[in-house]
Amino acid sequence: MNEPNTLSHLDLETHEKPFLDANELVLNMGPQHPATHGVLRVILHLDGEKVLGLECVIGYLHRGVEKIGEHRTYTMFNPYVDRMDYVAAVSNGLGYCETVEKLLNVEPPARAQHVRVILTELNRIASHQLWLGTHALDIGAITPLFYTFRDREEILKIYEKYCGARLTTHAFRIGGLQYETYAGFEKEVKNFLDFFRPKIDEYEELLTTNRIWVERTKKVGVISGKDCIALGVTGPVLRASGVKWDLRKAQPYANYKNFDFEIPTGQNGDTYDRYLVRMAEMRQSVRIIQQAVDGLPEGPIIAKVPKVMKPAVGEVYHSIEAPKGELGYFIVSDGSTQPYRVRVRPPSFVNLQALDLMCRGQLVADVIAVIGTLDIVLGEVDR
Amino acid sequence: MGQIIQYVKSYLTSDQTPGAAGNMFWVLVYILLVFAGLSVAVIAMNWLERKILAHMQVRLGPMRVGPHGLLQPIADAIKLLLKEDILPAEADGLIFWTAPFLVVLAAFTVFVVVPFGPTHAITDMNIGILFMLGVSSLSVLGIVMAGWASNSHYPLIGALRSSAQMVSYEVAMGLAVVSAILMTSLNAEGTGTLSMIGIVQAQQVQHEWFIFKFFPLGLVAFFIFAVAMVAETNRAPFDLAEAESELTAGFHTEYSGFRWSLFFLAEYSAMIAVSSIAVTLWLGGWLRPFPNVLSGATWDEIFSFFPGASFLFLAAMCFYNTARMPKHPLFRIQTIGLAAFGAVLGLIGLVLFIPGVRVRIQDIFWFSAKVAGFMYLYIWYRGTFPRYRFDQLMRMGWKVLLPLGLGVLILTASVALLQQKIWRP
Repeated sequence: MNEPNTLSHLDLETHEKPFLDANELVLNMGPQHPATHGVLRVILHLDGEKVLGLECVIGYLHRGVEKIGEHRTYTMFNPYVDRMDYVAAVSNGLGYCETVEKLLNVEPPARAQHVRVILTELNRIASHQLWLGTHALDIGAITPLFYTFRDREEILKIYEKYCGARLTTHAFRIGGLQYETYAGFEKEVKNFLDFFRPKIDEYEELLTTNRIWVERTKKVGVISGKDCIALGVTGPVLRASGVKWDLRKAQPYANYKNFDFEIPTGQNGDTYDRYLVRMAEMRQSVRIIQQAVDGLPEGPIIAKVPKVMKPAVGEVYHSIEAPKGELGYFIVSDGSTQPYRVRVRPPSFVNLQALDLMCRGQLVADVIAVIGTLDIVLGEVDR
Repeated sequence: MGQIIQYVKSYLTSDQTPGAAGNMFWVLVYILLVFAGLSVAVIAMNWLERKILAHMQVRLGPMRVGPHGLLQPIADAIKLLLKEDILPAEADGLIFWTAPFLVVLAAFTVFVVVPFGPTHAITDMNIGILFMLGVSSLSVLGIVMAGWASNSHYPLIGALRSSAQMVSYEVAMGLAVVSAILMTSLNAEGTGTLSMIGIVQAQQVQHEWFIFKFFPLGLVAFFIFAVAMVAETNRAPFDLAEAESELTAGFHTEYSGFRWSLFFLAEYSAMIAVSSIAVTLWLGGWLRPFPNVLSGATWDEIFSFFPGASFLFLAAMCFYNTARMPKHPLFRIQTIGLAAFGAVLGLIGLVLFIPGVRVRIQDIFWFSAKVAGFMYLYIWYRGTFPRYRFDQLMRMGWKVLLPLGLGVLILTASVALLQQKIWRP
């Protein structure tokens, strides 16, 4: 991957022309549509069933999260980030807390780091479960959705017991954790891992070798590693295209360097490979949680942080590997209690721009499959 | 007056269908019975589909309206009838309004020749199977009309997908049907039949259901038909025409209320219709299972207990669930309702044990039971399979099923010829 990454070979401005003098059919998909995962609006240019090009219209869920950040103290802004990627709220919180910690030069204690890893990886599993269910539903398999939601419930129960919330958890605080783990936390996490391992096999049994599933996903929405990098696409989508890039290994944050795990990659960059990569990631997450919960150290859960946070003037960019890709926070401090500027680099937003490229020349049904496989959350795209 | 009674009575001794006997009074009675039975079947299917699908998906399904959601279809029907009948502003009104009726007409008319028993059919046409295939394919017209008249993109794409799909699967379906019809000609005279009743009688005479005939040729033909019929009725995994995640609701996106429910009705009666074809052609229609292994008057007697026994089993299930109902006073009405439903089923079961009824009803029972098996398969497919993509669907129809159907047809013809000319000169 040493060659220069430019967009010059990608013609994203104009779309293809219909065959002969056929009329182009413009189909408006969304913002209310069962398969656009929220309020994404896609304007499809079709030649019959073939997609010539498409445009995404976003912003229906814009809440101005970044602007809100400029008017809240560092601590007050913490719960807001949970509302971006609401299916992976814990990851959002981790990214934000670590960025502010970097700004404050605070190192959270080891126990907090471990609990953070456990909760974040559980969140990765929950996010992938939700992705799997809805993705399969989009492709027409309605049953896996209920299986994944049944099992996701177990993770949410752990969250609920830990911090009282199930979805937008606000699990972490700047400098560590607010709550000590509840009695029996370790046992319950271990129980969940034992419960969940066979469940991944169950999902795979339903889909991995299913003929229709394979036909619907293989060679659909293909994107090369080079194009991924040129477009800034990260996460499982990038790894399925054969690029071994995972921030947990590449720029270890939290204490991921202490854990032994692999980065699953694919070769073809198609929907099927992305499916396999995410399935493998769930297994790796189970592995990480097992190690973290086995070696959970005793000790304090929060570092010494000032009650009123006034970071020194400066700026910091920190990114973590969220379930959907690179989630980055850029925070500029002017020395006051509120950030001067908060900028979020959401993985869904960046990944979504590959939709047009991945759908060109495919059929309408594939657009649905590709939207599903990109695993976007509109709360994060629009912020 | 006496003449009329004489006219009505005259049919009772007949061993033909009312249509064939030309007795209009009984034709009317049969039409009403079939229509009522079909409506009840569709309502039951609605509830069963939700319930079975729910249990496949680790959930309960309807539980609130009536005991175990038994009244849910009725509540739905009321809701649909009370809904506003919307005509989109840019739609072509006349075609928009005609389309659902055409679909329903096509779906219901085919039941004229469906043989529920040797005499239990509205009429017996000598071209029965052709009539069924021909009329049922008329529903394509209704779907295209609905999609076109809606003047909206989703219905248009849905309708085009649907028509392309139905037309291409009819070819494979037809070939499979022909190979079954060929088998009816394996008698002393060497003459086949297209009559639905004749086809079942041929299986009775040959002591073999056509699915087992010339193993595995009959089975393959049946398999082709079983796949094609799912595609023909636009059901999962071939439900591209109404692919929810792609086209919201396909050709009936713009329909609401009663007109939408007509499409629903038509879809389910079409499912029952094609299943009846499959049952008639390959699974021995109204004939009871194991006619050869378990033959003789004693076994006939034993098998005739099945209809009553199955109703009693359903009644027992109701009573079992009544006992399991929560004891809270809020559930009292539901518990009583479930018990009453069980009692009705049990009563029907007991009536079916009366010797006179027992013998007459068993044809209808076996036919319905086989069709019900297909209905279960439909639900099972829906719970299991992802959806095919349009090009894959076409590829399967034209490149897999069609050659397979041709091959089976040729082989069946050759084997039948060999059997007639060489082994049995």
